[in-house]
Amino acid sequence: MTRKRRRLWILLACGLGLGSAATLALFAFSDSLVFFLAPSDLAAKAPAPGRTFRLGGLVEQGSVQRSTEKGRPTAKFRVGDGAASVEVTYVGILPDLFREGQGVVTLGAMQPDGTFRASEVLAKHDETYMPKDVADALKKSGHWNPAAGPPPPAATWNTMEPKKTGG
Amino acid sequence: MDASSVVAPPPSGRNPGRSLHRFANPGRFLRLSGVVLPWLAATGAALTALGLIWGLFYAPADWQQGDAVRIMYVHVPAAWLASAGYLGLAICSVLSLVWRHPLADLAAVEIGPVGAAFTALCLLTGSIWGKPMWGAWWVWDARLTSVLVLFFLYLGHIALVRAFDNPERGYRSGAILALIGVVNLPIIKFSVDWWNTLHQPDTITLTGAPTMYVGMLWPLLFSALGYTLVFAAIVAARTRAAVMERRIRTLLMMRAEETAA
Repeated sequence: MTRKRRRLWILLACGLGLGSAATLALFAFSDSLVFFLAPSDLAAKAPAPGRTFRLGGLVEQGSVQRSTEKGRPTAKFRVGDGAASVEVTYVGILPDLFREGQGVVTLGAMQPDGTFRASEVLAKHDETYMPKDVADALKKSGHWNPAAGPPPPAATWNTMEPKKTGG
Repeated sequence: MDASSVVAPPPSGRNPGRSLHRFANPGRFLRLSGVVLPWLAATGAALTALGLIWGLFYAPADWQQGDAVRIMYVHVPAAWLASAGYLGLAICSVLSLVWRHPLADLAAVEIGPVGAAFTALCLLTGSIWGKPMWGAWWVWDARLTSVLVLFFLYLGHIALVRAFDNPERGYRSGAILALIGVVNLPIIKFSVDWWNTLHQPDTITLTGAPTMYVGMLWPLLFSALGYTLVFAAIVAARTRAAVMERRIRTLLMMRAEETAA
């Protein structure tokens, strides 16, 4: 065995050891690596009452109520993930991307009445990039309601040429 | 002794690394890169300019993000090159540790600052996009944190390879650090699939149609290709300079020895 061959084997052995150590460590820590908990996670591993954590999911269609309390904008909405949903209250200005059907990540704590009081709301953008006229065309033709869920499969719209209306 | 063989590696006999040493000959590298470099730099600059002008001024705005989507044409190629550059650094490190390529040592030293600059650009533009879109400059989710770790790995490599009086020891230590850091590359790539993150998952995947309108995809691809060629051109130019510096040092040493003898 030449010196080069031996160095190559030592390197491969070290790589194998390091790789498996990293994999095991990531598996062990995977619970604390999540950025937010989904509403259906709360049933399985609810944080202690009053403890601050992040709750993430989609803003449910038709659940947003905006009002003004003591001169500050207040919003109530339900955050759901298809299996469960939680009522969230938030006092403050919502980000521009906030809308029904949009993913959001909220920071706050569960209240005794079972609602989630958020001190911060972040909008989560999804992986779709669509011009306005394509989105309008999909909405008009009834193929997509942004408040109800994600857009249709990309292949149906990513090369679409929407008709110019009105100029 | 002609100048081009001054820093050539010693003849390696009949070992399996011999064919690879053909490309590690610094004289051959200087001749080849001298021809390729102007074309590489010009094509890279032209494609980057085409992709960025197309993306920043002519591509359609996103229906939700509006014009803020245009940051993508700067941010996404920088992010790809940050990871791809680190992969290049890791390949140079294997060549350096196993086959002791003199050229791989120099290339690894030169990739570090370029990769760090692209990673910084990625972090900076991401932050500028995050504030209006997410509502936060920075969050500690798995994607953002792993890219920040990549930035620190680049900085650590830059510092370590220059920390020794004996450059050979710097090359070895830097190569070991770079290879340990390779663990981070799959974490960056798959962080958005393995864990809940605020950062969106990949738009362009091997398995499905890209969830991006073609009018936005083309300028992104041109920009990414341009960034790649520019990255390669900068590293090649820096490596050429490093080879010439080393050659000058060797010639000065030889002259000093001759006058002493």
